[in-house]
Amino acid sequence: MSDDLGLTTVLLAVIGGAIRVSTPFLFVSLGETITERSGRINLGLEGTLVFGAMSAYATAVMTGSPWAGVAVAGLAGGAFGGLHGFICRFPRVNDVAIGIALMLFGSGLAFFLGKPFIQPSAPPLPAIPFGFWSDLPQVQAALRVNVLFLAGAALALFLWWAFRNTKAGLIVRVVGDSAEAARAMGYDVDRVRLLATATGGVLAGIGGAYLSLYYPGSWNEGISSGQGLMAVALVIFARWNPLACFGAALLFGGAGALGPALQSVGISQGYYLFYAAPYVLTLALLIATSSPDRALTGAPGELSLK
Amino acid sequence: MSAPAPSGALAIETVGMTKRFGGFTALDDVSMKIEAGGFHALLGENGAGKSTFVKCVMGFYPPSAGSVLIDGREAEITGPKGAQARGLGMVYQHFTLVPSLTGAENLVIGRADAPAILDWTAERAALADFMARMPFRLNLDRPVAELAAGEKQKLEIVKQLYLKARFLILDEPTSVLTPTEAEEVLGLLRGMADAGALTVLMISHKFREVEAFARSLSVLRRGRLVGGGAVGALSRDDMAAMMVGERTTRTIAARIGEPDRAREILRVEGLTATDVSGLRRIDVADLRVRAHEIVGIAGVSGNGQKELADVLGGQIRATGGRVAIQGEPYGGTRAESRRHRVRFIPEEPLRNACAPRMSVAENLAFRAFDRRGDDPDGPPTLWLDRRAMSRRAKDLIARFKVKTASSEAPIATLSGGNVQRAVLARELTDPVDLLIVVNPCFGLDFAAVAEIRSRIVAARNAGAAVLLISEDLDEILELSDRICVMSDGRLVYETPAAAAEAGVIGRHMAGHH
Repeated sequence: MSDDLGLTTVLLAVIGGAIRVSTPFLFVSLGETITERSGRINLGLEGTLVFGAMSAYATAVMTGSPWAGVAVAGLAGGAFGGLHGFICRFPRVNDVAIGIALMLFGSGLAFFLGKPFIQPSAPPLPAIPFGFWSDLPQVQAALRVNVLFLAGAALALFLWWAFRNTKAGLIVRVVGDSAEAARAMGYDVDRVRLLATATGGVLAGIGGAYLSLYYPGSWNEGISSGQGLMAVALVIFARWNPLACFGAALLFGGAGALGPALQSVGISQGYYLFYAAPYVLTLALLIATSSPDRALTGAPGELSLK
Repeated sequence: MSAPAPSGALAIETVGMTKRFGGFTALDDVSMKIEAGGFHALLGENGAGKSTFVKCVMGFYPPSAGSVLIDGREAEITGPKGAQARGLGMVYQHFTLVPSLTGAENLVIGRADAPAILDWTAERAALADFMARMPFRLNLDRPVAELAAGEKQKLEIVKQLYLKARFLILDEPTSVLTPTEAEEVLGLLRGMADAGALTVLMISHKFREVEAFARSLSVLRRGRLVGGGAVGALSRDDMAAMMVGERTTRTIAARIGEPDRAREILRVEGLTATDVSGLRRIDVADLRVRAHEIVGIAGVSGNGQKELADVLGGQIRATGGRVAIQGEPYGGTRAESRRHRVRFIPEEPLRNACAPRMSVAENLAFRAFDRRGDDPDGPPTLWLDRRAMSRRAKDLIARFKVKTASSEAPIATLSGGNVQRAVLARELTDPVDLLIVVNPCFGLDFAAVAEIRSRIVAARNAGAAVLLISEDLDEILELSDRICVMSDGRLVYETPAAAAEAGVIGRHMAGHH
């Protein structure tokens, strides 16, 4: 009997967690999808995510508006992305190395500037209670869906459409697949990549805003715990497809919620192991989808990870 | 949008075109005139400046001096986009299509006036309408990466016509086409030129093609225009003489003796494999190479020859079947190739058989650096014997006439022909039982070609079994004792070289069996 309830609770918590936890994954991976489709890898999105979280929180504390925080986080993220894109246009610069440098720089700067904002509390982002029809508090909690999650879902759909139905989408794919062809068509490869990386940064910054302004909903230095890096792995697993990114983000979110959910139903043994679920999942998926005999399908041709 | 026919051919003229890269003059005062509706061929050896010339015309490089006149008026072409806007188009030797995009996406995105949001229903209708006027069918809904090389080349040309090119430059357009396909494509372009819709400038090495389709020609040598005129007024000997200048070329050593029927070296049975993209499969039912024999595998690029070579070289795993050398199973490992004295010379040796930034001496030592005294038969050792490596390198450089500044220069600084000489020096000095060589003369000039081919024949005469995989049919016909044709991943035809007919082979290459 109690087992039954426990299972339902865990299941609900995982679904709710999937929705709650997946949003930063979703935004970072969509941003990284745009960047990687243009032929660059930006590993710095982890730093952008942390900086976005800090700047959003600080802005919300000072202005009292969480949306102003989201906007500032997006702008800051765009600036980081732009910086990455700008540095990478110089010859003999490696995008992966710059990404790692910017990851450390973004986190470090966020910790430095964010010190005064650990104590005060900021107004959170609004959520829509889709669980209003139920009397069960667990159901209500699971179905409280944040506006940014819905925006992210819509964005995934839009990007999926835009990559094949808009000129801008096709240009990004051309540049990412064959810089030579893009140049022959007269497109400025570096500029397209700069814009794609900056856009990716904007999305990662917004993902950071979600972290500090909704879930977990506070600013501290351990806020991201590597979600920005996981999102990059997630893009590869999703084969650079925005819709698959959405599914993968939900999967990762659900896996991330497993540990806390088990703890909440009183499983006290080894639940720490389940905290590792997203990371184990990353490894397992990358191994399962790899092949020694096949090239990665769908990988943009200009990407330096082949 | 329904594309109307391009509105008339353009006349193109260059005046005193010069291009210097630092102290090197790649193009020296070239003035050339191509009338509207002309079909002009540009001949020259590798490095003669043909590519530099057309890139200057297309605005890829700003010329150091000189100008381009379009329809008699001076035109400043600032880049590929500007060239496209003026009706100039170019089909490159390497493909400029985007592999992951479909044919339709490639065509539409190439258009300067592509709308911000694409209406695929309307675009598809317009494309179908446009394709109906082409003499060949192409599947525009598949990603370009899945197309065969010949189809890609056709799509490149179709793309330029779709973009309403009125002056079209073709850089060795038929190297990946079968003779029939080449005729189809060049015939279409010649027809359009004759109708006054298009002017064509074609870079080519093939005299037969030039004579059949071009109306006039120019020859470049070392960056200078050395001659030209109407096709028909010049004999092949004239053209060849203009291209190479005063120079003697070595003739190829003749094959001596008959293949040794009793000694079968390589045997491939029921071999199946898939390339890394997972799209191309090969299925080689039966292939044998005997001692003292050259077996040539002909075929149009992209028909599985590369995959066959990769399996034999140990670069991809076979999914089934058997490769045996002297009766023992063979997987392409270093130990096996040492034991059976197998040498593998892949195509593009600088990329696939060398470490470009390591020195010539180090590259020459690859086969034996882990043996005492840099001697392939010596016992294994942990320490490099620099002195022996250097001694051996100097000896090989002298014997194989590798032109290099020193044995310590990075091998990437050598010309293509000298890289190939160095690789041959490394692979052919000790006794060889099986030599597998892929496109050995691709992109090399006359003199290097003759020398490298004679080295291969010499290895055969010394008793080696040679598997020659080449996209150059002339090379296959010239060197082989026996010829196989590979098409769509299978060996579809086999003939002794003595009885070989180019026409029959060409038909099998094209997939008509």
